[in-house]
Amino acid sequence: MAHQNYITHHSKYMNPYLAGILLGFVLLAAFYLTGRGLGASGAMKSAVVTTVAVISPDHAENSGFYSKYLSGENSPMHSWLVFQVLGVFVGGLLSGAFSGRLKLTTEHSPNISSRKRIYLALIGGALFGFGSQLGRGCTSGAALSGMATLSVAGFVTMVAIFGTAFALAYFFRKNWI
Amino acid sequence: MGPIIPVNEISTEINFLIAFLIGLGFGFALEQAGFSSSRKLAGMFYGYDTTVLKVFFTAAITAMLGLLFLNYFEMIDMSIVYVNEYYINSAIIGGIIMGAGFIIGGFCPGTSVCAAAIGKKDAWWFLLGSFLGIVLFGETYSLWEGFYLKNYLGNLKLSTYLNLSDGVFAFLVIVAAVLMFWVGELAEKKFARNDITKEL
Repeated sequence: MAHQNYITHHSKYMNPYLAGILLGFVLLAAFYLTGRGLGASGAMKSAVVTTVAVISPDHAENSGFYSKYLSGENSPMHSWLVFQVLGVFVGGLLSGAFSGRLKLTTEHSPNISSRKRIYLALIGGALFGFGSQLGRGCTSGAALSGMATLSVAGFVTMVAIFGTAFALAYFFRKNWI
Repeated sequence: MGPIIPVNEISTEINFLIAFLIGLGFGFALEQAGFSSSRKLAGMFYGYDTTVLKVFFTAAITAMLGLLFLNYFEMIDMSIVYVNEYYINSAIIGGIIMGAGFIIGGFCPGTSVCAAAIGKKDAWWFLLGSFLGIVLFGETYSLWEGFYLKNYLGNLKLSTYLNLSDGVFAFLVIVAAVLMFWVGELAEKKFARNDITKEL
């Protein structure tokens, strides 16, 4: 009975299995239309590569990492994933608007201050960003899309992400519960 | 015959419009599921809310079965569908680092975009952190390059690796998922935290 809206008596969030089927069809549509799944960290990489190339073009050209994404005629921002992630932002915004969840807030456990929550978000984000480059994709592109195509990489990445989070959960419990 | 865009050489503009529309669906589904809340996502690792498990596996199975059927009815050319490349070392270590990022930061990149969109300031900082993490990887790439490219096994499928047909393998994934859903439902009762879930 969690997540009840006490005014309308409707669940605030969509039934998780239904939401999963919806997400699954979006993922399937991505495969059927483009031959690739969904992604998120790839678009962030495009933004980083573009920024570095603007600030210091020589540095970007000489880097084994950035230069890989600068070889084409077009900017790395001219990519499928960048437009897809812009869609994620707008889709999230529309869903939040429909369900009455648009609100400026720093969500955190009452055990920690919002300042601490922000530091943790920043550190966690940095780890996720770094790991997504080493692991060739994040939860969306490597784990979820990878599993849909039955790839070993997808299953291994999924087990590594969730396994590690479970293994470390005890040490970070005070931040959440 | 799919995949539609590579097979029919669709123009870049239409391709990007489709990218935006698919992203729209992706973001909408994630937000409706509640993935715009870090405390809901973190519930997965303490048992009080296992939405992540339910949504993630239902989505993976739906797409997996969809691809199997599209292939069976010869509606998609699976030879041009991307199967993730497997570099053993970097996939495992990359996944471990991401797992640490998940339990510390409370989001993954896709969910942080959704949460940022509805006004979660912690998600803005997570996003900033992600950019910094990618810069850090880029700046230190020469240190990891050898490791990053080590033990390449190609676009290997787990079904091939286990010597099972794709159909049998998908069936086993579904059985495993149903068992995990059952455990998840039990966990939500055993580790219920109404003080947390009523706020989400």
